[in-house]
Amino acid sequence: MLMIELIDVRKAFNQGKHNEFWALDGINLGIEAHRVTALCGPSGSGKTTLLTLIGCLARPTSGRARFKGEDISGLPERFLTQLRRRSFGFVFQQFNLIRGLSAEENVMLPAAPSGLPQQVVRARAAMLLDRLRLAHRRTARVEWLSGGEQQRVAIARALINDPEVLIADEPTANLDTTLAREFLAILESFAGEGRTVILSSHDPLVIQSAAVHRVIDMRDGRIVAA
Amino acid sequence: MIFQPTIIALLLAAGLGLAMLLAAAPFAVTVIRHWNIRSGSERQLQLERRTYLFSTLLTFVLAIQGVALLLFIFNADRMAALFVGAMCAVGTLNINPYGFPALFAQIAVFFLATVWLVINHVDTRAPDYPLVRIKYGLLLALVPVLAANFLLQLLYFLGLKADVITSCCGSLFSAGDQTLSANLAALPPEPALVAFYAALAAAVLMAGLHALTRRGGYLVALAAAAAFVAAIAGIISFVSLYIYEHPHHHCPFCILKPEYGYQGYWLYIPLFAATAAGLAVGALQCFRRVPSLAAVVPATTARLAAIAATGYLMFTAVATIMMLRSNLILLG
Amino acid sequence: MNIWIEQQRALIDFTLAALARRKARNLGLLAVYTLLVFVLASVALFSHALRHEATRVLADAPEIVLQRLVAGRHDLIPPGYLEKIGHIRGVQHVEGRLWGYYYDPVIKANYTFMAPGAGGIERGTIVIGAALERVRGLALDTGISFRAYSGKLYSFVVADILPHDSELVSADLVLMHEDDFRAFFAFPAGHYTDIALAVANPQEVRNIAAKLADALPDSRPILREEMLRTYASIFAWREGIVLAILSGAILAFGILAWDKAAGLSAEEKREIGILKAIGWETGDVIRMKLWEGVLISLTAFLGGYLAAYLHVFYADSMLFEPVLKGWAVLYPRFQLAPEIDGLAVATLFFFTVVPYTAAVLVPIWRAATTDPDAVMRS
Repeated sequence: MLMIELIDVRKAFNQGKHNEFWALDGINLGIEAHRVTALCGPSGSGKTTLLTLIGCLARPTSGRARFKGEDISGLPERFLTQLRRRSFGFVFQQFNLIRGLSAEENVMLPAAPSGLPQQVVRARAAMLLDRLRLAHRRTARVEWLSGGEQQRVAIARALINDPEVLIADEPTANLDTTLAREFLAILESFAGEGRTVILSSHDPLVIQSAAVHRVIDMRDGRIVAA
Repeated sequence: MIFQPTIIALLLAAGLGLAMLLAAAPFAVTVIRHWNIRSGSERQLQLERRTYLFSTLLTFVLAIQGVALLLFIFNADRMAALFVGAMCAVGTLNINPYGFPALFAQIAVFFLATVWLVINHVDTRAPDYPLVRIKYGLLLALVPVLAANFLLQLLYFLGLKADVITSCCGSLFSAGDQTLSANLAALPPEPALVAFYAALAAAVLMAGLHALTRRGGYLVALAAAAAFVAAIAGIISFVSLYIYEHPHHHCPFCILKPEYGYQGYWLYIPLFAATAAGLAVGALQCFRRVPSLAAVVPATTARLAAIAATGYLMFTAVATIMMLRSNLILLG
Repeated sequence: MNIWIEQQRALIDFTLAALARRKARNLGLLAVYTLLVFVLASVALFSHALRHEATRVLADAPEIVLQRLVAGRHDLIPPGYLEKIGHIRGVQHVEGRLWGYYYDPVIKANYTFMAPGAGGIERGTIVIGAALERVRGLALDTGISFRAYSGKLYSFVVADILPHDSELVSADLVLMHEDDFRAFFAFPAGHYTDIALAVANPQEVRNIAAKLADALPDSRPILREEMLRTYASIFAWREGIVLAILSGAILAFGILAWDKAAGLSAEEKREIGILKAIGWETGDVIRMKLWEGVLISLTAFLGGYLAAYLHVFYADSMLFEPVLKGWAVLYPRFQLAPEIDGLAVATLFFFTVVPYTAAVLVPIWRAATTDPDAVMRS
């Protein structure tokens, strides 16, 4: 089953101005469910932009995007955000945790607009942190955590709304080999429990890993090999 | 003009409201002409972003106008002490010919603003902004109303002079004249009582029915309007008599005074709230058929109808208690 | 409904944490906001309390006071006027009053000398008000001499001191026997200073005043209701003037609020970007920022109002007395009755919270509409 479909998608920045830039130039792509898919390519190839479009963070300038068969390219921001909140979880390259809040509070943040009772969300956060072996750091401020711990908090945050799709941008860029392997193992378990994982990387460790089912090469805003 | 803080506050609120509405007018025009939810163009994205701004601004401004009505009346009552011959708000409002029109304009703004706020709220519940054109169209229609409100208030307040002798409510509501207020005062109590309770009962019934079955929305609005008129007429015609324990004091404003324990507010606040809710139910009925609102509209109107029913019930209960507690015996 | 409540709870939790994280920035704004509320509330409370006090005090004043005018100036009431008034319907009581001013060169102030119609003061004694007691160091059974305008010295013994809670009207009062009064001022016999009339029905007062003016064309009736109205007007006018002066402060405050809301630090911008990326809609961010505004406003409003209340009713409005009270030498000391007026609170709300909210709305919106995908790129 195709989870995500992109049909002749193009994305431009600063359209109409002198520094107009086409980050994506005709992408045709189908991403299967329950698999780990990796986007690979040099910086500037459009990997991050493609991730934002897949993950409903932005709308394509032209072309169509479908999620589980439904057209999402024409949706207004509000609908897109609701969809994103429900179905997508993001792990950013820089983790992007909010300083000054504890690990638990950071993990609970994406669930705030959904109106679930606080106790339910808190319990879920505790369970996620426990599963990622961070239960002992639940109330610690995130700026005191190590890099690996911060990444695991970021992963827990991405999962708080129980999304079907997990998106990770250059996840191993700030990790050493051991932590990178650990991360890949976690991804594998996610795919095993029925989630779809999409990540971007130019780390050979990731691209050549057994956990990754499919690698998509990109260059200059186009897909070179799938 | 009397340079009093509350007057300045009211004028500022009205002026600010009008200014914001005028500032939003060009945007409203753009939305009505160019809004296209399906397009991903820059212009559409910008419009979507800016609806957040204008939506928030206008909610703020109109909510303030709702409170302004209360402030206006309270202030008119307070200022009676400054004018010769004025004992209550009636005297203050009679100082110049703009007083009562300003009050009626403010009441109109109150109802229109609450209806707009309800429509805006419903629009935000659906992800695809189904009512956005209607919303901004109504906003443009509100501009002249708010302008009239501001103008009337300005003319009224500028024309407030302490050396004008004004008349008291006794002359406005005395039973002899041919004015509307006098005719209301002169209504014989028995039929007025029957009409009063009948209209209120009808409103409660319709609103309650709608809350349970979600049907007959337009009827709720009609019943609400009728109940409002009947209630005000009833207050002038006989309820006030019981509160004052005086067979000829018909004034609907004196019951707001501290001497009577501010009882008037217990009557008016539920009444206005209920009527606003009832009218909103009718307004929302027009949008019942919009697909993305299929679930939202019935749920919202049911809640509003419940509010209306409760409000009218409260009003009737309070009025009845006042009448029973009073030492005046009007009938038999 | 519950969902909405839970949503707002979550937003408020975040807001509180955010405010705590940026204490220094928010504290500055909070301090200014509170100060503004404090100043405006103090003025309103003080003015209102004074007005109330004046009303209370005037409650016992006669409904009509009749004065005689000669060439437009206040003159004495000649004998026969009381009879000329005769019996006017609605007048309960007519009394000729004897009072006048005496300038005391010792403290350079004016006293009001009065011979109360009911009597009760023996010849050679006086009953004094609190100010005299304080300023001239008088007490029961002490003596004091006044030099009359004729040059002769008259001595009196203090028989009683007027109660302190009537100080507002009686501070500078000296009550004496009628004969002493007439002797001291060389007051012509049969004359009175003015006439006081008591009227039962307030709606009749103007009619009676008209009749008096007809009966005695060279007299002028002063109505108590006119005095009350004048006081109310003056106080309202003074409040308005102070407000106009403070409008500059309100404007400056609005600009400060705008500036603070618009000048998001890079950190704050990043945070909002993150929130939007992880699933917060623009509306959620706006609501969260509005809660921030509400919390700050509430704290400032309550804090400022409480401080103003204490200032006016327990610290004697030290900062404002000169402007709002007027100018005199003998100040009565009096305790204002604490009273909160709903209308004043609402008006205060309009002049503080509304400008603040109006000033921060646009910056909040601008901050909330950052693109979420910008976060991915950073």
